[in-house]
Amino acid sequence: MRKFFKLLEERIFQGLMILATYGIAVVLFVIIISILIKGLPSLSWEMLSQTPKGGFYFGKEGGILNAIIGSLYLAFGSTLLALLIGLPVALYMNIHLLNRKKLVNTIRFLLDLLWGVPSIVYGAFGFSVMIFLGMRNSLLAGIITITLFIIPIMIRAIDEVLKSVPRGLLEASLSLGSTRSETAYRVFVKQCIPGIITAVLLAFGRGIGDAAAVLFTTGYTDYIPTSLSHPTASLPLAIFFQLSSPVPEVKDRAYASALVLTIIILVISILSRILSRRFQKTKINF
Amino acid sequence: MDNQTKIHIKNLNLHIGKQQILKDINVQIPKNKITVILGPSGCGKTTLLKSLNRLTDIYPDIKVEGSIEIDGQDILKVKKRDVTDIRKKMGLLSQRPYPLPMSIYKNITYGLKISGRRRKRFLNKRVEHYLKQASLWDEVKDRLKDPASALSIGQQQRLCLARGLAVDPEIILADEPTSALDPVSSQAIEEKFVELKERYTIVMVTHVLRQARRIADHVVFMYLGEVVEQGSAEEVFGNPKEERTKAYLRGAFN
Repeated sequence: MRKFFKLLEERIFQGLMILATYGIAVVLFVIIISILIKGLPSLSWEMLSQTPKGGFYFGKEGGILNAIIGSLYLAFGSTLLALLIGLPVALYMNIHLLNRKKLVNTIRFLLDLLWGVPSIVYGAFGFSVMIFLGMRNSLLAGIITITLFIIPIMIRAIDEVLKSVPRGLLEASLSLGSTRSETAYRVFVKQCIPGIITAVLLAFGRGIGDAAAVLFTTGYTDYIPTSLSHPTASLPLAIFFQLSSPVPEVKDRAYASALVLTIIILVISILSRILSRRFQKTKINF
Repeated sequence: MDNQTKIHIKNLNLHIGKQQILKDINVQIPKNKITVILGPSGCGKTTLLKSLNRLTDIYPDIKVEGSIEIDGQDILKVKKRDVTDIRKKMGLLSQRPYPLPMSIYKNITYGLKISGRRRKRFLNKRVEHYLKQASLWDEVKDRLKDPASALSIGQQQRLCLARGLAVDPEIILADEPTSALDPVSSQAIEEKFVELKERYTIVMVTHVLRQARRIADHVVFMYLGEVVEQGSAEEVFGNPKEERTKAYLRGAFN
């Protein structure tokens, strides 16, 4: 009898796990299919290669090249900045502050708080700083705001990878006469490159997909920015404006924009997977 | 201090938090001999070994008192920025191999490059020399560019030995270096140690009594953070003075 209940318990939990796993897969599938169905008919070469004609709100002609380029500028710029700042912070926390556990845990807690702050709050903060400095809506302001918003994600994601490096590797490197910083950049970074790529991808995905952080800071324009001080369009806002347009054709174009955004993220994900796999070989599996 | 002593530990006390790990350690480690630190698990052997090259610096809440003199220089008083010089004097082999995440070749040149040696011909020569010293050359000479992760555990441990020797140390610190290895690889490491003691002072931690009997010249027996007995291998194994040593040799605390 006990055996029967044990078996029943096993079956129920297995069933729940299967349900959850397939459930998520189905939801993802439905989202992508619905974007494809609605977006594909409006997607054309014209849409990818031209800037809007007749305005982003009413225009049925032209394309969303301004938003594509703008979003790529914003995402690449902010991801690069966040990596340049975030990587040293994560290394410092895990190597130099190794015997300051309380301090490091406090930093982790604060970063987790920042991670949880909604992006609209960063947008509002960026906006108030812009006003304070007398800046106008611009690509630069957008990049800075997105950077602020993705830095906690970047640091904590890299931090989690660095945490898993065994202490023996640090001891080995130090014993060979290297300093902590040499160990950080020559050993830890090499060991963690696959994880760092994942962290970059995570940050990039959040950065390119976020509408709220750029809503107040980048403005919106039909033109492709040629300078950091120009305002810029972005895909999430393109979707937002097109969806709220009263013209049905423009509404449909919103789904095409969403499709483009999804494809960009997909392509970046696949590329980083390939890149990550190349470095997986040198990583030591402990 | 006589010329035959390489490392002289005086009144060493070590606390982690409120717990005392090492209690008033006084040990002399002779030059060009294999000194085995023997004792049951958790008696502080590894901690003692790590304090010899100041790896204790990277652990939180550790307080070290006393002195550790290497060639007459107290390494516990050395300033933080000079610690790397102390560490260069010592190669470390740990319980399991920790190869660096790079190629076999770069594992050996890592320490050299950090000390500013960059000439390609010099590096090539060194790589060959030290891989031969660690009896690894024949197995890897055709694939020096392969990642170290591709080697077996036994090969990795020999790579770590070669890498440690490449920075030209005077002392080899080994923390149960064969505990993760198969019998053949273990024997290779033991034989290497016997060969290497001509040029290096070797300090090895182990809890394997048979291994200690095989290769030790000098024995330090530790129990619960204290040094119970020390002396030449013949003395400690042949004619132990302390009751606890006798009990351990009978196999009572394993």
